[in-house]
Amino acid sequence: MSLSRAFVAVIRRDLILALRRRSEIANPLLFFILVITLFPLGIGAQPHLLQAIAPGIIWVSALLAAMLSLDSLFRSDFDDGSLEQILLSPHPTSVLVLAKIIAHWLVTGLPLLVVAPLLAVFLGLPNHSLGILLLTLLLGTPVLSLIGAIGVALTVGLRRGGMILSLLVLPLYVPVLIFAGNAVQMAGSGLPVDAQINILISILLMALVLAPLPVAAALKMSIN
Amino acid sequence: MPWLVVIFLLLTAAGLYGGLYLAPADYQQGDSYRIIYIHVPSAWMSLFIYVVMALAGAIGLVWRIKLAEIVAISSAPVGASFTFIALVTGSLWGKPMWGTWWVWDARLTSELILLFLYLGVIGLYGAIDDKRTASRAVAILALVGVVNIPIIHYSVEWWNTLHQGPTVTKMDKPSIHVSMLVPLLLMAVAFKFYYLIAMLQRARTELLLRERNAQWVKNMVSEIK
Repeated sequence: MSLSRAFVAVIRRDLILALRRRSEIANPLLFFILVITLFPLGIGAQPHLLQAIAPGIIWVSALLAAMLSLDSLFRSDFDDGSLEQILLSPHPTSVLVLAKIIAHWLVTGLPLLVVAPLLAVFLGLPNHSLGILLLTLLLGTPVLSLIGAIGVALTVGLRRGGMILSLLVLPLYVPVLIFAGNAVQMAGSGLPVDAQINILISILLMALVLAPLPVAAALKMSIN
Repeated sequence: MPWLVVIFLLLTAAGLYGGLYLAPADYQQGDSYRIIYIHVPSAWMSLFIYVVMALAGAIGLVWRIKLAEIVAISSAPVGASFTFIALVTGSLWGKPMWGTWWVWDARLTSELILLFLYLGVIGLYGAIDDKRTASRAVAILALVGVVNIPIIHYSVEWWNTLHQGPTVTKMDKPSIHVSMLVPLLLMAVAFKFYYLIAMLQRARTELLLRERNAQWVKNMVSEIK
């Protein structure tokens, strides 16, 4: 089997598996919606306040939702042994792992984009910054999956990896949060956001190229 | 080891004497600027130790040298303490100067994130039972962190800044007077020695713990008894 066919096969397999366990798709999404609903309840429903902090709230919630969904990335494959098969295959592990990450993003990251406009309306985000919000989510959430995969790969062999995972992954999420949140904020006040978007694109490209390598190394370490 | 302690004590004494006694008070900040003799070397050490840790981790990862793994993990708590000291002294200095304990300024924030990265390394090492596997995990994490530290640093800097610019690294003409600079550099070197002492002590304990079933350790213990 050629590398590209193996790549597509891994994505297909993971998507089929995800569609058969729909709760895995729904959980991060519901979490995302719930957290955002909690903010107005917690800080009071003043429209100005909510509008001002909306970009930050949406992005922090996206970060947390992405982190919660990470565990499903390698967990079931680790438990039933198919992860070992992937590592044993003649193809480079980093490429196959990238396929798994892409499938994971399609299942958990992409739905966030779909509900984001609804939540933006909840929080009274100005209409003209909605496009930028979606763009930052489109560029940023793959980075969250890619960086998060490193953390999961390091902790997948542990009984209780959850707490330690957040300690490993959240500090590395900081740049994405800063640039994405800032872009949406700036767009809200009608300022140009080309710089932030360009930086987000470069972060995404760098993560696409670099992140699969430590993920593959960490998986090899976790397996034996 | 005793030699290192002697050198460290001499350098610290000289640095503190120069910094707290000989150096003149700052014309703006008065005497409270003197905290930089602890603060700045600690901040330098916090970055330096992270790089050492990642390098040692990489060496351990590539050549499977046990000692490099031990050096990497023994560096982490020392680095974390220096980061913590830099944060605490910085906020002690910030209260009289900026009028607040904490501001979300670029360098403070990236130093705080650095502390979290250190804690992540320590936590991950503690969570994995097999210590050789744990060392490899820590090495991978430290390397990922090294790639990320510049990105985090510049993103945070771009985000917000209040901290004063660097005054020593301008190589042509430091914007700090020599009488203040010399003690600062003395303290920086002294802290390097302190790191060596602390790291080697931790490494010795770690090595003995890992090899506690080896014959040479048993011989050593029976000799002490």
